[in-house]
Amino acid sequence: MTAAHLPQSGRPPPLPERAQALDLYRTMRRIREFEDRVFAYFRAGRIPGTVHQYQGQEAVAAGICGHLLRTDYVTSTHRPHGHAIAKGIPLQEMAAELFGSTLGCCRGYSGSMHMGSPEYGMPPASAIVAGGVPIAAGLGLGCRMLRPGAMVACFFGDGAFNNGAFHEGANLCAIWDLPVILVCENNFYAASTHVTLANKNPRLAERARSYGMPTETVDGNDVFAVYEATGRAAARARGGDGPTFLECLTYRRCGHSRRDQNKYRDKQEEQFWLARDPLDLARTRLLDAGVAAPSDFQAIDEATAAEVQAALDHGEQAPQPAGEDALLHVFYEESR
Amino acid sequence: MTIAKALRLAITEEMRRDPTVICIGEDIGIPGGWGGAFTVTWGLEREFGLERIRNTPISECGLIGAAIGAALTGLRPIADFQYSDFMFCAADQLINQAPKICFMSGGRVKVPLVVRAPVGASTRGAQHAQCPEAWIVHTPGWKVAVPSTPYDAKGLLKAAVRDDNPVFVFEHKLLYGSSGARKEDNAVQVDEPVPGEDFVVPFGEAVIRRPGRDITIVATHLMLYRALQAAEQLGATGIELEVIDPRTLVPFDYNTVCESLGRTGRLMIIEEDTRRGGWGAEIVAEIAEKHGDLLKVPPARVATYDAPIAASPRMERFAVPDASRIAAAARTMLGLQ
Repeated sequence: MTAAHLPQSGRPPPLPERAQALDLYRTMRRIREFEDRVFAYFRAGRIPGTVHQYQGQEAVAAGICGHLLRTDYVTSTHRPHGHAIAKGIPLQEMAAELFGSTLGCCRGYSGSMHMGSPEYGMPPASAIVAGGVPIAAGLGLGCRMLRPGAMVACFFGDGAFNNGAFHEGANLCAIWDLPVILVCENNFYAASTHVTLANKNPRLAERARSYGMPTETVDGNDVFAVYEATGRAAARARGGDGPTFLECLTYRRCGHSRRDQNKYRDKQEEQFWLARDPLDLARTRLLDAGVAAPSDFQAIDEATAAEVQAALDHGEQAPQPAGEDALLHVFYEESR
Repeated sequence: MTIAKALRLAITEEMRRDPTVICIGEDIGIPGGWGGAFTVTWGLEREFGLERIRNTPISECGLIGAAIGAALTGLRPIADFQYSDFMFCAADQLINQAPKICFMSGGRVKVPLVVRAPVGASTRGAQHAQCPEAWIVHTPGWKVAVPSTPYDAKGLLKAAVRDDNPVFVFEHKLLYGSSGARKEDNAVQVDEPVPGEDFVVPFGEAVIRRPGRDITIVATHLMLYRALQAAEQLGATGIELEVIDPRTLVPFDYNTVCESLGRTGRLMIIEEDTRRGGWGAEIVAEIAEKHGDLLKVPPARVATYDAPIAASPRMERFAVPDASRIAAAARTMLGLQ
């Protein structure tokens, strides 16, 4: 799966206006910076647990969430940091969560894999592959019944495509015309299993089309392509025209999880995709178009590095829960 | 009023009271259809429309996930399984998602979800017969209601709808009182008047259905009626069973059981689930650990034998406890045989 599988539109996607274009870049930079620094903390044994990182897929989260309001919903996966950042959860709360602190966005109960925050329209991420897809359908139903015009972006990977929960949830989205974008982040690997080993027909959008919903396949490393396609899908969702399946072809620049070294990946494939860094692509495009100057990126990059480091410093020093807090929140209590 | 009608009344009242209450399930809201497998939601679409009485494909995982998502937006869904056996198709949503979302959010998110599921052997064979309460009782984050009378069916379901947590309401096929084409062979008629006004039955409050001084019996659903039948038979011989209906398994009213044990000193659980690892085992263990001083003799369980349920009515009758097996166990406990 290399260049041949990317959509051949013949023209680059249109650029949004300058402020929005730089915002998309900034979101990607915040994700990359956060993930790279978090990785160093994990390697140093300073953050507990495991982590599934998002380096390489930044254009998907940024391009999708660029069209979402705070009151819209996302469902996320075991790889949720990028979605959480793009949806606006403060980095300090995310960092504190990774350190297991009471100041984390889930007070230390979610850790990396179940990250979320109700204030930002992100229920705790489901680390069960495809588990969030039926939930996204229900969020869509709630949007339509309680807050017409609101919508849901449901993130999942190519691995989810072969789980029954995906198909049950996608079908519900279709038959009920729900305001949901089904965002398939096809990074070609379900953990270590290549998409061609798991699918007789690896063109997932083709298969999704059979549910009776519009589908699109985009270059998921081109944030402007993702952003443009999302604009169409979001308009359908908000306008009551139902769901869209948006397949974003992308690639991990990191391992599946903390210690994975990607030894199962094809070298040619790897070379092709690693040369197409989503941040580099966006920067080049904006420079070539004369929309932004090198100093714009330098300013964003420097500010982001400082912001992320400050968030991690905060998280590491933030208070830890008492052990017996493990027994709280089994049931919901209004006062908490 | 039958249990099926009492449940329908509860849903109707709650849907009128609160516009965020919706029903979601298989074969509901079909004009000319059944109202779910056991008529509970029959006709509700006429008053509430198809947006709120939402029929689904045969997608148990999908429909429970959708109910969870709807609950996260502020709706209060009542999801139903045609048969509780089908809930295993939705195991991820029922075990990994619904009861953990509030917890994983650090208590910031609530999931006001009700799941209804019919239990019990009814000559349909192994996959339409189970009493899977124990699977849910075992999982932190669920409350579990087990109504056995029309009054409790209405009051517990209304309490479940108003609860901000996932609540499983298990109902028994042979107690619904369904009529016409949905009538069950061997059904137990449990009609009683049910008040038309608004009331709830609070969770965690057991009731003593029959007082007695010799053995404390804890039983739910069909087994409650079989225990009462056994108590009636034994009463004629001077043996008194005190029969307790816990009404909810989570939370469980240990106080009422312990007070009873203070009088009887003998504990017996009657359950229709298979014996190994059933909810009865949990009650026995908890009482033995914390209140062993109340027990004059070792506790006992009467439960379905550890095998799937056979379709043959004769084999089914053998496997599931009946009044004579309960009575025999009681006599054994009292050293009378």
